[in-house]
Amino acid sequence: MKLNYRIVIFALAIVFGIGFSFPSLFQTQEGKKITLGLDLQGGLHMLLGVKTEEAVKSRIKSIAASVKHFSEREEILIDGLVFDEDNVNFIVLDSDEISKVTSFLKEIEGSVVAVNGEQISLMLTPEEIVKTEKEAISQAIETIRNRLDQFGLAEPIVARQGDEKILVQLAGIKTQEEEQRARELISRAAKLELMAVDEDRAARVYNMSEGDAAEYGDVILEDVNNPAIKYLVREIPILDGGMLTDASMGFDQNNRPLINFTLNAEGAEIFGDFTGKSVGKRLAVVLDGKVYSAPNINERIGGGSGQISGNYTVMEAKDLAIALRSGSLLAPIYLMEKRSVGPSLGADSIQASMVALVGGFILVIIFMVIYYRVAGLIANIALIANLFIILAVMSLFGATLTLPGMAGIVLTVGMAVDANVIISERIRELVYEGKSMHKAIEDGYSNAMRAILDANITTLIAAVVLYAYGTGAIKGFAITISIGILASMLTAILGTHGIYQMLEERIAKSKNNLFWFGIKG
Amino acid sequence: MEFFKYTKTFNFMGKSKIAMVMSIILVLASYVLLATKGLNYGVDFAGGTIVQVKYDTTAPIDSMREKLKDNELFNGASITEFGSPDEVVIRMKSTTASVTVDIGDVTREALKGSGNFEIRRVDIVGPKVGSELKEKGIMSLLLAVLGILIYVAFRFEWRFAVASIFALVHDVSIALGAITLVGLDVNLDVLAALLTILGYSLNDTIIVFDRIREGVTESRNSELADTINESVTRTLARTTLTSLTTFFVVFTLFMFGGEIIHAFAFTLLVGVVVGTYSSIFVASPILLWFGFDVKGYHEKLAAKAKREAEKQRMRDQYESGIM
Repeated sequence: MKLNYRIVIFALAIVFGIGFSFPSLFQTQEGKKITLGLDLQGGLHMLLGVKTEEAVKSRIKSIAASVKHFSEREEILIDGLVFDEDNVNFIVLDSDEISKVTSFLKEIEGSVVAVNGEQISLMLTPEEIVKTEKEAISQAIETIRNRLDQFGLAEPIVARQGDEKILVQLAGIKTQEEEQRARELISRAAKLELMAVDEDRAARVYNMSEGDAAEYGDVILEDVNNPAIKYLVREIPILDGGMLTDASMGFDQNNRPLINFTLNAEGAEIFGDFTGKSVGKRLAVVLDGKVYSAPNINERIGGGSGQISGNYTVMEAKDLAIALRSGSLLAPIYLMEKRSVGPSLGADSIQASMVALVGGFILVIIFMVIYYRVAGLIANIALIANLFIILAVMSLFGATLTLPGMAGIVLTVGMAVDANVIISERIRELVYEGKSMHKAIEDGYSNAMRAILDANITTLIAAVVLYAYGTGAIKGFAITISIGILASMLTAILGTHGIYQMLEERIAKSKNNLFWFGIKG
Repeated sequence: MEFFKYTKTFNFMGKSKIAMVMSIILVLASYVLLATKGLNYGVDFAGGTIVQVKYDTTAPIDSMREKLKDNELFNGASITEFGSPDEVVIRMKSTTASVTVDIGDVTREALKGSGNFEIRRVDIVGPKVGSELKEKGIMSLLLAVLGILIYVAFRFEWRFAVASIFALVHDVSIALGAITLVGLDVNLDVLAALLTILGYSLNDTIIVFDRIREGVTESRNSELADTINESVTRTLARTTLTSLTTFFVVFTLFMFGGEIIHAFAFTLLVGVVVGTYSSIFVASPILLWFGFDVKGYHEKLAAKAKREAEKQRMRDQYESGIM
């Protein structure tokens, strides 16, 4: 027996395979491990869309709010402040002030201002609309990521997919309640608005339609706990959650959970100005279009902090604080695709595919030994090494093993022996032709080589296309098939060749072709 | 153990007419099935919702139907057993866009009181995503075929490439026919299986072609049919063996791999059988019918060898300094 470079590389590959697959196989604390796909460990996969047109609308709304605030601060009288999908209109009563107003409006990015007498209108440019829509998506991704990072699940994935889709993957969700909580946290707009109650008309709110309210520049909002209670508030908010710097859960005197929030300097100033002017009136704390409370303003409130009380559980308050802290969603999101797998189904899938893997593996191994004897045994060594190498490479790259991925490994077992079948057949042929053992082995390998390469490369082409075009779990199949093919080149071609070279003299001496190759002759 | 001796050459090409007739009948039958019954697109491609429910006892399908009937979201919903009597799958065309309360949650609410159950899987694919996946799926099949075509043409010769594509189309058509016949839901996993069949069937074809290429290069016999017969015979043991081992594992996957992997395994099972058959009886005869020109190929090889020799001579001259 002689050592040769092939057997050394093969031995190293086996050591590599066993060494790096060890952490995954025995789930050790340390070391890189294979990640199980959502379909095997259970979890939630969602593709979300963003209603970007809503972001443009809210941009317009906030411009309107700043116009209102500016005019009040500068004591410029304006009238008929209205806004729709893409423009804001108002009239400046004192024409001397127009230049002051327009110079303020010019500061607003991406807008076009048109002055027609005292009538002023502001429009967003098409580029600005596109930009706003794009920002809404990036901001949604950022916000959702922030929220999920604080949710407490290990390694949530939030990523952009294509131009306008958001991919969210949450592994390890255990219960339906947890999934529900996560989904609520993700989709919550968490839009906080502080709005002035229109005290002049508030008494008539129950007799007003939406249209009536709009005529006065008001909107009708419901109470969060009791939809029968309605509030008439000014449509343009005093300030919104964009000026929030922090939110956290706290408790009131009766030990009920509430949210404490802090505003930034600008927000605190606006808030102080407003409360100073509106003593005796009510301030509505509005979250996602529902009124949480509407306390009377007793004095100017400086310092810029406040509370949102509501009827929530500790868990709800906690999630709400996370949502407020992470910022609001500029635009609502909607569900485009969802795949959720319960942990018990994942466990069943692992078990079923393991049975198939082990069953198929044993069948192949027995068959190879019966058909090829020692040559079959050598092929089997290569096959086992192949499995370890697949696991090792996947562990090393932290690749994800999915259910189709498991199927890919099972399939690799069937296809990886192919190279050895081709080689063994070639050697048999040459042995029949009466070639020397050395020549039979060497020519057998070189004859088989071309076919194996061509065949494997075409399968690899299909696998690469599958990877590029596949989604989620299917990508896992492409990964295991590809690694399996590449590993089989190493084990089945190089590795077994080394073994044959090592055994060559012995085979030649024994002349027992039945024992070595399963043939008479 | 040996299945086939190399000493006797089988006359495959002599039987190729019968095989062709059979193939044409099978492919046509598949197309008729596809045209009349049609592929049964699952939620991945058609959009829709799947809810998998597991009960503690036998699933009360009738009372489930009764409970779902009131909500129009469940119009046309089908409830079928999934692997065991305890487990069912509800399939429906409708989807919902709300993130917080989706159609899975609605189903859970609606089924309340029908027994002790657990919802194990909810797949919702909105119409837009469905059509995108379909587009991508078709693109991936085409791209894979194109990539393979280019590779084979590059490594062999265009006639080999065209013949192997015929075999691929043959295999995929029959596999699609079988899927239609059984009425499987066509989802992403079936697409993956089809692509695997592409790779696998081609694998087989290439092993045979490689032998034919070798035979053509080495033998003086310019009768292509003889060379093909000999090559197919010589690779017969390998073709059978590899197909058998692959069949073994795919069969265990089919039997024990669980319900979710069923469609995938079935498609592969058909593909392994058809792919093996086609590499012997479809790809090679087509090569023959395309009139692969053995003499021309020999001349080309000779010319190539001559060019190489000339180059080598020039190089030698150059290296030894004689110009």
